[in-house]
Amino acid sequence: MSPEKPALRAVDSSSETITQEAQAAAEDARVGWEQFQQLIEADQRVEPRDWMPHNYRKTLVRQISQHAHSEIIGMQPEGNWISRAPSLKRKSVLMAKVQDEAGHGLYLYSAAETLGTSRDEMYQQLYTGKAKYSSIFNYPARTWADVGAVGWLVDGAAITNQVPLCRASFGPYGRAMVRVCKEESFHQRQGWEILYSLSHGTEAQKQMAQNAVDRFYGPALQMFGPPDDESPNSQQSMAWNIKRFSNDDLRQRFVDMIVPQAEALGLTLPDPDLKWNEDRGHYDYGDLDWDEFFSVVKGNGPLNHQRLAHYRAARDDGAWVREAAAAYAAKQADTSRGSALLSA
Amino acid sequence: MEETDRNAPTDQVPEGGVVTEDPAEHSVWPLWEVFVRSSRGLSHVHAGSLHAPDAAMALRNARDLYTRRNEGTSLWVVPAADITASDPDSKGGYFESPKGKSYRHATYYKQSEGVPHL
Amino acid sequence: MNSAAGFTSQDSATRISVGDALTPEDVSASSAVAAEDTARYALMLGDDCLILAQRLGNWISRAPELEEDIALGNIALDLLGHARFFLTYAGSAWGKSEDDLAYFRDEEDFRSCRLVEQDNGDFGKTIARQLIFSFYTHELYSRLVDSADATLAAIADKALKEVDYHQDHAAQWLLRLGGGTAESSRRVQAGLDAAWPYVEELFADVEPTERLAEQGVAVLPSALREPVLDRLHAIITEAGLNPPEAKGAFGADRSGRFSEHRGFILAEMQVLARQHPGASW
Repeated sequence: MSPEKPALRAVDSSSETITQEAQAAAEDARVGWEQFQQLIEADQRVEPRDWMPHNYRKTLVRQISQHAHSEIIGMQPEGNWISRAPSLKRKSVLMAKVQDEAGHGLYLYSAAETLGTSRDEMYQQLYTGKAKYSSIFNYPARTWADVGAVGWLVDGAAITNQVPLCRASFGPYGRAMVRVCKEESFHQRQGWEILYSLSHGTEAQKQMAQNAVDRFYGPALQMFGPPDDESPNSQQSMAWNIKRFSNDDLRQRFVDMIVPQAEALGLTLPDPDLKWNEDRGHYDYGDLDWDEFFSVVKGNGPLNHQRLAHYRAARDDGAWVREAAAAYAAKQADTSRGSALLSA
Repeated sequence: MEETDRNAPTDQVPEGGVVTEDPAEHSVWPLWEVFVRSSRGLSHVHAGSLHAPDAAMALRNARDLYTRRNEGTSLWVVPAADITASDPDSKGGYFESPKGKSYRHATYYKQSEGVPHL
Repeated sequence: MNSAAGFTSQDSATRISVGDALTPEDVSASSAVAAEDTARYALMLGDDCLILAQRLGNWISRAPELEEDIALGNIALDLLGHARFFLTYAGSAWGKSEDDLAYFRDEEDFRSCRLVEQDNGDFGKTIARQLIFSFYTHELYSRLVDSADATLAAIADKALKEVDYHQDHAAQWLLRLGGGTAESSRRVQAGLDAAWPYVEELFADVEPTERLAEQGVAVLPSALREPVLDRLHAIITEAGLNPPEAKGAFGADRSGRFSEHRGFILAEMQVLARQHPGASW
């Protein structure tokens, strides 16, 4: 699945041939560009084997792989609570949910692979710390209520972001998102219901719930990315129909959605500036701590190191298993080739 | 984030030794495409892809990944490398011919409109 | 909350449904009340599944490959489901819920076998444990479907179909690890060797199984010994590995008196529930 290497024969061909080949390539690119533009303007889907601009491909690989990495690293904070979930029903739900996240990572890696970047390459980027993933997973899930807050706020923000991505111009990405969104609709609900049980439980449980919401509210709002005027890549992504709405538009949509949900929970969102704006027809919300955000993105979050170390340990510990299965498959293939020769 | 990754492809020979093989190359499982039949009477439809060391494991992984919510009654897995696809660059020529041949469709025949059972 | 309704798809490959099968809630809602002995038997079967699910759940996010995170997650979820069936039914005898039994019993009140209590170790050790337990439960449930107790029979019927896949998963991996590399063969052999002293306990006719087996309610554990071991020997040999010859470790009575793991497992599993007695979640 690796991209084709440049042909070595260019070394001994005449400069004339090179010029002709370059001209042909330029012509192909011109035709490809026009077809690509037509697809985008008609809001149609681009498929893996279509010609596409280098930056379109690069942007997609970056975005889809970051999204996939987020699912994989995102398994950890909630995964830590599988063993301690306070009822067997909650344990089942949580196990299914964390397992779904592995599945979502897998769907997304598959979509990115159609662009010519192998999953192993993307794994390496995460393993070596070069790849980014959603910053929120660098915060700890300290209490059971955090599992609820992650489901309600973090998955809620993710779904708000993902529903428009079901119409992303790149076909495999959109299709992966349809699958993810269908499965995630239960994630947010289960999170909200965990918090509902807590906020209608004992005083200690209610405290636990409020405390979790206090900690996750800000980082969840930051999941939509920096404000529009500080988000350089957004414009191009929107022009290419990858992104359908700006960071701030999505954030606003999310805030408008969670305010009544918080009221139904009987919990307070920790933002003194949060109030209904009659003129705008939206809730106003206060400034977010972007210094903290960028600091966490750059690797200084509370758990950046721990999350990566956990991931690396799993890859390292599993290396012998992957090798064994590959070796076994190779031996089996040799055996069947051998018996095919014998019977021929 | 300076970490040495022992699985990363090495592009230089380490001091005092020659790299005879890249361990990662042997342990990367190939890609498989998965097709799911959601219920009897329907075709298998492409659901997505996954990695597996061999066909038997690909089928099991497909079962675990793509039918967790009762999506299917039957599965196919195909090595992605074995799929032959039409060339997207020649789509004009390749898929032009059927267009405009309206006489292949029942709607082309107007005189018989209104005649019972035709 | 239905923000996911913003998309539609006619793609039949993503059509999802709940399906039609027994759920723990069904067992709870049914008016079936287990007799005392039957409840103790169900508790024993349930504890095995619960402890193994607890162990196996720890693999999620730590598996050798993403596909395997999902496979092990499915198996753990199945086992947790089986545990919930059995515990719910057991609890019907004493007016207790599955959670009362899972979270508020002490070490000495559990009836799990030591095999499932063993730690995950590496993937080879986990596969060895899975192999033994899935082969054992497959033989067990394929007889329990004929139990004179209708609820146990119904649970066994549901569980058997799932365990069928667990067996296959473990066997496929045993073949690959046994026939893969020298290292994988060494590791999975070590896993089998480590697990083997705890195999005998599966076949111990502890109370009240003998009495119940006579009534056609339970499957006599000792009757499973030969078929299970025969099949295990066959697959281990096919994988190019050696069936261990270790004698059963002393104390095969499921009492917990001879296990150090159980206390740690329960401490982790029960910590939150016990911090908030009487709370609902």
